[in-house]
Amino acid sequence: MVMGDLVIEVDVAVIGGGPGGYSAAFRCAELGLETVVVDAGKRLGGACLWEGCIPSKALLHVAALIEDATRAREIGVEFGEPHVSLDPLRKWKAERVVGRLARGLASVAKTKGVEVIGGRAVFESSRELRVESDEPQKIRFKHAVVATGSLPSRVPGLPLESDRIMDSTAALELPDIPERLLVIGGGYIGLELGQVYASLGSVVTVAEMTDGLLPGPDRDLVQPLARRCEKLFAKIRLGTTVTSLTERGSAVEARFGGDAVEAFDRVLVAVGRAPVSAGLGLETTRASVDARGVVAVDERCRTADPAIYAVGDVTGEPMLAHRAMRQGKVAGEVIAGRPAAFDNVVVPAVVFTDPEVAWCGLTESQAQRDGRRVQVARFAWAASGRAATLGRSDGVTKLIADPDTGRLLGAGIVGPGAGELIAEAALAVETALTVEDLAATIHTHPTLSETLMEAAEALLQRS
Amino acid sequence: MPRPFALPDLGEGLTEAEIVKVLVGEGDVVAEDAPLLEVETDKATVEIPSPFAGRVARVHIQPGQTVKVGEVLVTFDDSSAVGAGHGGGGRGRGASEPHSPRTPPPAPSPLPRRQPATVANVSEQPLAHAAGGSERAAASAPAMATGTGVGVGPVPATPATRRLARELGVDLRVVRATGPAGRVTDDDVRAATSGSASRSSSLEAEVAPAQRGQAVAEPGAAAPTRGGAAAERAQVAKPLAPIGAEAPPLPRFEQWGPVQRQPLSHLRRTIAERMALSATLIPHVTHFDRADVTELDAIIRRSVEPARERGLVLTLTSFLLKAAALALKEHPQFNASLDGAAGELILKRYYHLGVAVATERGLIVPVIRDVDRKPLVQLQRELATLAQRVREGKATLDDLRGGTFTITNIGALGGTGAIPIINYPEAAILGVARAREEPVVLEGRIVPRTLLPISLTFDHRVADGADGARFAAAIVRRLERPEQLLLDW
Repeated sequence: MVMGDLVIEVDVAVIGGGPGGYSAAFRCAELGLETVVVDAGKRLGGACLWEGCIPSKALLHVAALIEDATRAREIGVEFGEPHVSLDPLRKWKAERVVGRLARGLASVAKTKGVEVIGGRAVFESSRELRVESDEPQKIRFKHAVVATGSLPSRVPGLPLESDRIMDSTAALELPDIPERLLVIGGGYIGLELGQVYASLGSVVTVAEMTDGLLPGPDRDLVQPLARRCEKLFAKIRLGTTVTSLTERGSAVEARFGGDAVEAFDRVLVAVGRAPVSAGLGLETTRASVDARGVVAVDERCRTADPAIYAVGDVTGEPMLAHRAMRQGKVAGEVIAGRPAAFDNVVVPAVVFTDPEVAWCGLTESQAQRDGRRVQVARFAWAASGRAATLGRSDGVTKLIADPDTGRLLGAGIVGPGAGELIAEAALAVETALTVEDLAATIHTHPTLSETLMEAAEALLQRS
Repeated sequence: MPRPFALPDLGEGLTEAEIVKVLVGEGDVVAEDAPLLEVETDKATVEIPSPFAGRVARVHIQPGQTVKVGEVLVTFDDSSAVGAGHGGGGRGRGASEPHSPRTPPPAPSPLPRRQPATVANVSEQPLAHAAGGSERAAASAPAMATGTGVGVGPVPATPATRRLARELGVDLRVVRATGPAGRVTDDDVRAATSGSASRSSSLEAEVAPAQRGQAVAEPGAAAPTRGGAAAERAQVAKPLAPIGAEAPPLPRFEQWGPVQRQPLSHLRRTIAERMALSATLIPHVTHFDRADVTELDAIIRRSVEPARERGLVLTLTSFLLKAAALALKEHPQFNASLDGAAGELILKRYYHLGVAVATERGLIVPVIRDVDRKPLVQLQRELATLAQRVREGKATLDDLRGGTFTITNIGALGGTGAIPIINYPEAAILGVARAREEPVVLEGRIVPRTLLPISLTFDHRVADGADGARFAAAIVRRLERPEQLLLDW
């Protein structure tokens, strides 16, 4: 240790101020542990608030407004052509949405007595961190929580030097509305941002390596979304690999699978995210990191090093903020000696496209792969009164149950508001409710939530 | 069907243990009762044998880690799967792959199953494409005798119930479920704890005494080795469990000179926590007295040689044990524990006395049972074997548990007296210093007598100063009239 180094002694040092990190820090502080967060940007919120969930949902809200205005014509309401001004839109997103939430988080941290230190944290041992910043300092901790999150993955062989080639972070900055946009990756990030740009006026092409959009949920849930994307996007290239990107003047030329070549004004690479664990000095601890950079944890969020915990994207899939938040709380409680564990049965997932797709627990296709007998009920929203009044009858609510016990094992929903509706299904699966429990609970009428009850009744053959 | 093996209930008061050594690796095939791992609990190093025969699919712990009772240590493949050569670990990391809830199949009340048009029954040949051998086995294997919570994946229970189970150290998989569709309720979990007495005692039987000597890595001596199945435990610093008041932060000692930081051993930490607990919770009061042991000393001296011929080293401690046990019978409140929550004093009708033994690793207190009922020679013999086992690190948990009162003899190291801390949750402790020849006035004459300074430290919530004085006097009386010890008076 260099003389004059500032050494801070704390109970818990949290590395990374994202949802996993701040949840862990807040819980630790609530339980009386002296806690600091070290964040490279000296801010709380992480990728979720600054370059992920929140800004993308803000932009998707704008896209939905535009779509609603367009749909209104069909029912006799005319707004005229929407005109989008990027400056006020960016300002609204940055100040009224992100900025406001950031101030909220900062004040919560202050209230709870959690200090946020700016700088890059590097482990020097299982007891000590070095913080690299303008004022280098050391933190001696009893426990550390690694919550460094993830970054957009790159496609091997495709350069990212040109500012015409964007990752999701850059795309959310909304540099302009490109005339022609290529989205590489048909997963949730590619589809969400593709829809934003399409609604704002870009001609969007999506190239997906596999033979279907949105891997994960059942195909019958993806189908309504795929149909919508076919209308919204100029072209969807499935089973397609982009082999090269070449900048030519103000355009980027993309070569697909060797032959076809097309020019675009911008390219969005959205092929997933990779955990951030390199350069953290984890090799000076006993924590183990796999070849993909995933930090291994047990169900108490402990790494192989008894003093070090990890939560969120850095611990691998599914890389979702709400999973990180739960893990963060678990880690905080475990550190404080409470009997918590990340033993959650479901981590619900939502794709905030139009229409939204949400699912939790067991999927039908997973059951098939596992050779597991299940009962499946599919309730089409064409029979929902609420869906009819919204002019959106393209949704589906689906339940998967155990045929022997009637216990709910999973659910999937496609349609507007699916992201909100899935919460009830998640609660049901997490608490091991039966189909009958769901069917016998009174759901307000007329709402989309009734579709869950209807699907449950279908399983009980009482519909 | 993978079978998880959790840290068994190690008995009263013991909620956690530190893994010293892992004796098996993933993929190893082990026989029933073969040693799996070594753990260090409060005061003993014990070997945990395998509860069944099978192939080790996963080892969840590693040396140096502290595990709580009920935490899964090792997962076994089904024994029938041994040699079947399936890849294993296909499920990956259970905790972070919660997208496929697997629920146990057997259940009392199936749904009515007339098929409506909208309901599809998927996969009529259920086991044709089983991806993981685990699923197959779960569907075909007979239910575990103890409960309905069989199978892979989560046992159906609400998160609050699961938390309660962790809090009470109950393995949900062995709880008998009474809720709908095999759901485990809070009451089921609580019922499992009340019935756990019989279960834990059977598990206790599996805890065999350690088969080896010292397992102590000196701080910094062992480099942290990872991955090796039998890797030695590395010393890792862990904070003490907090008790009541929080310690204020320490100053930076480096500003006054160089310092060295040394992690506490598991035993040292346990001692520190227990002492802090006792000193914080119990209002200690100490009474001093001296026993004239001239006569007793003479008896011991005379008997040393004959005892040696019988392979016995006669010491004062066995006489102290006997004297204390007999005095405790007269003063039962010192052979007790205070149950503050219940507002009751628990008087123990047995006299198991602990004797503090100094070891290289730290203080350990083995217990001699039914001291009141055993002849002196037997006490002396048991004391010798126990102390030997303790010093060699081979004491079993049973050697260290169930004490009602403790004696600590610091005489061998000199000094004129000491005030020991009560061995929580006992009510009193007897401290004994070195016996010395001193001038004493007896019937108007100064005569040399051998005096033994004793101190009785007791819980002032349980007894008052006068009680303590009387109890100490009862011990002194027996030491001064050794015939009483022989006659068990």
